[in-house]
Amino acid sequence: MANTTIYEEDVLIKEQGFNDHFHDHHHGDKYQTNFIFHYVFSMDHKIIARQFLITGMIWAIIGAAMSVVFRMQLGFPEESLAWIKPFLGKWIEIDPTTGMGKLVPEFYYALVTMHGTIIVFFVLTAGLSGTFSNLLIPLQLGARDMASPFLNMLSYWFFFLAGIIMFYSLFLSTGPFSGGWVAYPPLSALPQASSGSGTGMTLWIMSLTFFVVSVLLGGINYITTVLNLRTKGMTLWRMPLTIWAFFVTAILGLLSFPVLASGFFMLIFDRSLGTSFFLSEIFIEGQALDRVGGSPILFQHLFWFLGHPEVYIIILPAMGLVSEVMSVHARKPIFGYRAMVYSIMAIGFLSFIVWAHHMFMSGVNPFLSNFFVVFTLIIAVPSAVKVFNWITTLYGGNLRLNTPMLFAIGFVSMFISGGLTGIFLGNSAIDIQLHDTYFVVAHFHIVMGVAAMFGMFAGIYHWYPKMYGRFMNETLGKIHFWGTIISAYAIFWPMHYIGMAGVPRRYFSFESFDAFKHFADLNKFITIFAIISFALQLVFVINFFYSIWYGKKMKTKNPWGANSLEWTTPIEPIHGNWPGNLPVVHRWPYDYSKDEREFIPQHIPLKEGEIGDH
Amino acid sequence: MTYLIAFAIIFLLAVIVIQIGKVTELASKIRGEEEVELHNNNTQGKWAVIFMVVFLVGCIYSAYYYKNTMLGYGPLTSASEHGFELDSIFNVTLIFTGIVFVLTHILLFWYTYKYRKQRGTKAIFYAHDTKLEMIWTAIPAIVMTFLVARGLVAWNNIFPTLTDQDKFVEIEATGYQFAWDIRYAGADGKLGNKDFRLIDLAKNSLGMDWTDEHSVDDIVLGGTDKIVLPVDTTVRVRITAKDVLHNFYLPHFRVKMDAVPGLPTSFIFKPVKTTKEFRQQLSEYPEWQVPADPNDPTGPKRWETFEYELACAELCGKGHYSMRRIVEIVTRDEYNVWLASQKSFYMTNIRNTADDPYKGKKLFSFEIKAREQELKTEFAKVLSDSAITNTILLKHVFFETGSDKLSDLSKHELDNVVKIMNERASMKVELGGHTDNVGDAAMNQELSQKRASSVLNYLISNGVASAKLSARGYGQNNPVESNDTPEGRDKNRRTELKIISK
Ligand code: HEM
Ligand SMILES: [Cu+2]
Ligand SMILES: [Cu+2]
Repeated sequence: MANTTIYEEDVLIKEQGFNDHFHDHHHGDKYQTNFIFHYVFSMDHKIIARQFLITGMIWAIIGAAMSVVFRMQLGFPEESLAWIKPFLGKWIEIDPTTGMGKLVPEFYYALVTMHGTIIVFFVLTAGLSGTFSNLLIPLQLGARDMASPFLNMLSYWFFFLAGIIMFYSLFLSTGPFSGGWVAYPPLSALPQASSGSGTGMTLWIMSLTFFVVSVLLGGINYITTVLNLRTKGMTLWRMPLTIWAFFVTAILGLLSFPVLASGFFMLIFDRSLGTSFFLSEIFIEGQALDRVGGSPILFQHLFWFLGHPEVYIIILPAMGLVSEVMSVHARKPIFGYRAMVYSIMAIGFLSFIVWAHHMFMSGVNPFLSNFFVVFTLIIAVPSAVKVFNWITTLYGGNLRLNTPMLFAIGFVSMFISGGLTGIFLGNSAIDIQLHDTYFVVAHFHIVMGVAAMFGMFAGIYHWYPKMYGRFMNETLGKIHFWGTIISAYAIFWPMHYIGMAGVPRRYFSFESFDAFKHFADLNKFITIFAIISFALQLVFVINFFYSIWYGKKMKTKNPWGANSLEWTTPIEPIHGNWPGNLPVVHRWPYDYSKDEREFIPQHIPLKEGEIGDH
Repeated sequence: MTYLIAFAIIFLLAVIVIQIGKVTELASKIRGEEEVELHNNNTQGKWAVIFMVVFLVGCIYSAYYYKNTMLGYGPLTSASEHGFELDSIFNVTLIFTGIVFVLTHILLFWYTYKYRKQRGTKAIFYAHDTKLEMIWTAIPAIVMTFLVARGLVAWNNIFPTLTDQDKFVEIEATGYQFAWDIRYAGADGKLGNKDFRLIDLAKNSLGMDWTDEHSVDDIVLGGTDKIVLPVDTTVRVRITAKDVLHNFYLPHFRVKMDAVPGLPTSFIFKPVKTTKEFRQQLSEYPEWQVPADPNDPTGPKRWETFEYELACAELCGKGHYSMRRIVEIVTRDEYNVWLASQKSFYMTNIRNTADDPYKGKKLFSFEIKAREQELKTEFAKVLSDSAITNTILLKHVFFETGSDKLSDLSKHELDNVVKIMNERASMKVELGGHTDNVGDAAMNQELSQKRASSVLNYLISNGVASAKLSARGYGQNNPVESNDTPEGRDKNRRTELKIISK
């Protein structure tokens, strides 16, 4: 784009911007004095965003590596795993006569559990929402920073602490927690029920309790910032969809995570104080426990009251990122902006009244399921609306098929494929057959796991220049995209078939059942692609770190020609984001290809007779 | 060393990856960024279309290829009545979602190709369209309503409330780490109470409460026995767990329900195909006509070894994947024969042991009946010419502790004796009392004498001529078992009837 435009825009902010006297006080900069406070205990939202991102990436690699290990066991049960023994030690059991090494079942379950917990909470909640809410909320709203930079810093460090504890639990001699990421009692409540339910579970709960604190501190900040720190002219209906998504996400987190925390506290009491919230009539290890009157199902209610909103806490930010990326690179307004916002709200609201669809077969009164079926399938409607809107955003566009755009398109494909299988599962009658089979595994990995990762990748490739002043490499990006979409489908699509054959999830081995053991070929196929896709993510990681120092430099402020405010800040990020006045907003963020202009940033004043809202 | 190699490999990989990446920069230097972008849009657009075609064809073809391995298709149609309805809702949903899946994917990737930026192309400004949005909100809403309606009707039919008037077979499955215990309700059709505090792994692994009379005829299957159920009969499974959550999962019957400690759940279903019939159905498909064991080509075929299986479908610990039981569906006649051959757990393991609350306190009507029969044969035996013994143990004669007072229960046994005595005019018998060796021998002698006389008196007062009877106390002198164990002493305290003349 022509340099003159940018120049004009700078002048605009200087002359017509909003002066909040930020730079008169220099109060912000007192935190910026030395390395420790600049990079480590930073209160700058842009640094904190990068901290969340890199920590999330480290966890993603750990979580994904775990899945490769347990997939090896599932895909190649007759192949010896003795060669991993140097890394896993006693968790690989070597048969003394044949020399055949296999994963110890306890550790298989520990890996599955840790994989789920890490990916859901550390990668897709903290890594995704933590990164982009922090980066984009102040920048896209025209704010100097978060409402409380200090709480924001704490939010990261509580997450960090949660991570340290969880990481430590991986090395316990009894192994980390192994009762599934949903941690249903009594298995999770009774140390005698499983070796991972001892110290492993204690650390798991501690870690996640700190994690809840982190989410709450972050969420309260995001909400306050969105409500109070929007720049002049930035009405709610002029906020980019990213912000809408982060905003609703934060509200969901604030309402649901405390419920999980209360469940955790009750579980802690049951574990160590002898209460019986979740325990009743248990006979274990030759002994009848003196615990009666509790209900294990109560925990499931508390867990899923968070758990279902949690899946939307994961996917909404990805949806926001995708909407923004897609609109920018299609050079077209997002189709149905208001419908998109209303769908986000509808999904957010409905996500609180569908939780028991995870519990159709749990022993809750079958009559109650009627309500949950209705609400669950209603959620499909706003979800469908969003999909149609994305597709129509492409229609008539002028698409740049670069890596962020490809990931955005891939996201839509994944969301469709995984969302549609939700319609099967949401119908309790069909769920009798599908519950706790590989069909569910296919559903949530595609709709949540892969889709959210794609949203995150779209966001990283797109905002990388904003974070590091350089671009990521496009060739590697495209290898990453095509490789990942192909292997993701190759991994998860066949799982539908295995699930429809009735094969249950969380099985260490299928050999003892005639009905489940005939899918060795598919399981091999899946494992091979799991390894390939893991290798492809390393391509991404290399690209990411290489580009921080050697990537193509960003030479103009607004390389994508985007409308939102983050692209009006200087290339070299500064504390307080804008050097002088704050930009004043005159229009919604999606004036692309309007009135013969390719894009009209939000701070450009309206022409005579032009409307700024949609 | 291993670490070193791993590190070297990763490093090498990184170098290669970075070199590949350099291609972009080179290309843009040579051709100019704009040129590269347009070229890239073309390539990526084509890739998108190729991907879409391969993906959709792959999905449809592979679904077709694996169809017959999936429940509900080909050989694996439902083995239970409600399963057919579920499969049909599944298929209807599959049709609707399949159409949406294919259409949206075609549009998504076709638009990606069609609207890629090329030289001179421009985007249109098309921000919303209320009518269009109404339509595509309404259509999913209508489809969903339809699916919900069908689903819920089926769902509520699957969970009916059975009353006592309904005829059904009741069984109970109890999950524990890592197996299932199966209990049948027995002749009364009702399962007795359980209490987890009564569990005793050696004697009463389910914690059945013997004071509940419904427990008395309950049958508990051995650890590896098949679960036998009749075809075309409603079965209600009561599902419980001892330690952690489990899930009672019968894939072929579309049955799945969590087993929750402290909160019994249930599932009602009706098997419609016997195991034999299901095998027959499988035998028509080539993939089932192969040898069951690939290493034994002459062995039985896969369809011949088919069994319905019970699995656990709720993570319950390290052995979760191994909680297998076989279910066998048989005709109703076969079922009745099988059921008759099963023994009540209480009668075989508990009755008249120290754990039996009814020992000496209660006789069940079937026991009284059976005893009447038994006593007749015992008399016939001792009265026959080839008799080896002349003594009958009067099993059901009981006294109050330490006294010679007959308990009320004894009347069944003694009334039978009265009847038989009166049938044979010439028969003379001696009633003998025996005790264990606890206490003073003289006292025992006296007690046994008194007890024998009590029996004698009862018989006389019920119409047996006194001339035919004599009573004698043997004290502790004639033990039949060792007096060292409670069980032995129990056997030694007894009343016997000896034939004096036939
Ligand atoms: C069309 C909308 C959707 C419907 C109707 C739906 C329905 C369901 C149902 C009924 C289950 C429970 C299945 C079972 O355990 O038997 C389930 C599982 C799950 N869904 Fe969805 N879903 C939808 C979309 C989503 C989205 C958007 C996400 C995440 C972004 C998601 C994430 C999950 C996860 C994580 C699980 C499995 C949790 C577990 O058991 O470990 N779903 N879904
Ligand atoms: Cu859910
Ligand atoms: Cu289990």
